[in-house]
Amino acid sequence: MASASSIPRLFDVHALTLHAERAIRLNQPADFLLQRAAHDLSDRLAVVLRDFEHRLDLGTPLPLAASMLAQKPGQLTRLVQPGWPTGNGPWTTVESPLETLPLTPESFDLAVSLLALQSVDDLPGTLIQLRRALKPDGLFIACLLGGETLTELRQSFLEAEIAVEGGASPRVAPFADLRDCGSLLQRAGFALPVTDVDRVIVRYSDPFALMRDLRAMGAANPLAERRRGFLRRETLMKAAQIYAQRFSDDDGRVRATFDLVWMSGWVPHESQQKPLKPGSAKMSLAEALKPK
Amino acid sequence: MTDQDNPRAEMHRLDPRLLEILVCPLTKGRLEYNRETQELVSSSARLAYPIRDGIPIMLPEEARRLD
Repeated sequence: MASASSIPRLFDVHALTLHAERAIRLNQPADFLLQRAAHDLSDRLAVVLRDFEHRLDLGTPLPLAASMLAQKPGQLTRLVQPGWPTGNGPWTTVESPLETLPLTPESFDLAVSLLALQSVDDLPGTLIQLRRALKPDGLFIACLLGGETLTELRQSFLEAEIAVEGGASPRVAPFADLRDCGSLLQRAGFALPVTDVDRVIVRYSDPFALMRDLRAMGAANPLAERRRGFLRRETLMKAAQIYAQRFSDDDGRVRATFDLVWMSGWVPHESQQKPLKPGSAKMSLAEALKPK
Repeated sequence: MTDQDNPRAEMHRLDPRLLEILVCPLTKGRLEYNRETQELVSSSARLAYPIRDGIPIMLPEEARRLD
C-alpha cells in the first residue's frame, strides 16, 4: 500500500534502494566519508558532558555510528533504510524509510544520523517527526552531504548534455546548504541549533574513478526526474572530458568536492540557556559601552 | 524481499523495548505484537507489519492488509 502524498517526489525511492543493494553487492562499499563522519561524531559527542540512556541511529548506511555508540552503556536502536544491510550488533534494529518515522513520542535522549538525510524528500517533515521522538533536553546530531557536494560533476554533466543532446536533465541531486539546515532545525522546534561544514576534496585519477566510487557509496543518481534509459556514451565521454579539463590539478588528477554539513540541536527544556525578554535589561547599552 | 516463511523467525525473541518505541508510521497509533504470525499489528491503520529475523519492517508497502 503506498500512501498518497502531495509532496513533490524529488528522489526515486525504488532507485535509492537498488543503489544501496548494488553498493553492498560490490563487496567493497566506499565508506571513507562515512568513516570520517563517524570519527568526527565521536569527537563531537565526547565534549557533551552527559550520558544518553536511550539512543537512536537514524539511517546511517553502515553500522559505523552504531558501533561507536554501543561502547557506552544504555539502549541503542538502529533504524536501517530499505536496501541497506541490517547487520548484527549490540543494538535493536528496525527497518524503516526516513520519511515516515515509526517512533513513539519522547522515547530517545540522543539521535544521530550520518550521511543519510541528503536523500530525504521532505527533510523538514523528517526533522519534525524526529524532534517529537526525542525527550525534552534530547540531542540530535546529524551529518549530511550538502552545499557544494559534487559541484564539478554537476557542472560537467550540464555542459556535456547541452553540447551533445541539446538539453539537460538533472544528474546530480540538489543539496541543502548550511543556512537551510540551520533554519530547518529551528522550524522543526530544535533549540540552540548549530551548523558547520567539513569540506573534503577527494582527488581521483579520472572522472570515471569518481563515478565508480559514487556507485560503491550507493550514491548513483537517485532523482525521480532523471532521464530514463542509459546515459549516452557520447554524453558521458564529453562530461568526463570537460571534468578533466576544468577540474584537474597539475598532476592530471581530478578534484571532487564533498561538503559534510553538520547540524545539531536540542529539544527545548527549561534548563537551557535562553535570551532574556526584550526590555528586561537592567543596564542600558550606552552605559555598558561608555569608556571607564 | 522474499515472501517465504522464515523458519528462524520463531527463534528470535522480539526485544520488548521495540513495543515501547515503535508506533505505526502512518497513524502513529499503538502496535500489538502477534507472536504467531510474527507481525506488529496496527489496528488503527488496519495493517500488519512483518518481523523478519527479529527486525520489524516498518514499510506500509510491505505490510499485510487486515480486512
